[in-house]
Amino acid sequence: MFMNTPSRQERPGGDNLVARLRSGDGSAFEMLVRTQTPALLRVARRFMHSEEDARDALQDAFISAFRSIGAFEESAQISTWLHRIVINACLMRLRTQRRHPEEDIEKYLPKFLEDGHQAEPSAPWCETAETVLQRTELCGLVRRCIEQLPDTYRVVLLLRDIEELPTEDVAQMLGVTPNAVKIRLHRGRQALRALLDPHMRDIA
Amino acid sequence: MADRPYLPCTEIIGFLADYLDGELSPERKLEFERHLAVCPSCVAYLETYRETIRMARATTNGPRIPIDDAPEDLIRAILSVVK
Ligand SMILES: [Zn+2]
Repeated sequence: MFMNTPSRQERPGGDNLVARLRSGDGSAFEMLVRTQTPALLRVARRFMHSEEDARDALQDAFISAFRSIGAFEESAQISTWLHRIVINACLMRLRTQRRHPEEDIEKYLPKFLEDGHQAEPSAPWCETAETVLQRTELCGLVRRCIEQLPDTYRVVLLLRDIEELPTEDVAQMLGVTPNAVKIRLHRGRQALRALLDPHMRDIA
Repeated sequence: MADRPYLPCTEIIGFLADYLDGELSPERKLEFERHLAVCPSCVAYLETYRETIRMARATTNGPRIPIDDAPEDLIRAILSVVK
């Protein structure tokens, strides 16, 4: 099947590079670190609470990547493989520094009356993702609200909605059931929605 | 048929993610939409929930967010530990 894959040797980050990495070629190594660090650092910054932690997590990731380069499957993209390793390194660090007790998510979830209606009616927003993108301060606000979520929910929201990983994969990475992932995602989105709500409402 | 009770808002909001992912059964989806037709609050919740996801994605990982250059001191630090 891979006989048909055109020009495998020419693909950037392809087999040639992998072979060189496996043979311990220092310049291949440096090239990989230089080309992949910008995108990977951006991923680590999303997960970690400080720049220092993001850099440390990236360093952990490269160490574990070079230890396990033998396990890299050639059919995969090296950037995708590294991306997963960086996420795992971040999750590992977050687990060790988790704040106890974590902030309660309940206060961000909608309240209901006994008859099942929403206690406070929801209102439409005047902002959309497109209008937010045009205003730096609103972009910053959205990011700060994500940062404010309790880690348990923030991590699932990042993995599912931002890294766009499948539920099953996220469940495996976190060692929880797929159903727990779904519940955390829904709560995380609801909490983020509640944090954004006062800023996004149409105040006409 | 017409006086069949509506689902409560709790059911709508509780299963919003499944609704958006198209994971509800056809009968359940019908009941969902019957509620939405008469409940502007749930419609607003649904739309703002969906916009929340889009905003989170657009402001952290969208094509408009530039990738910074990698700091040279970080690259050197990584190379020094892995070489
Ligand atoms: Zn409703």
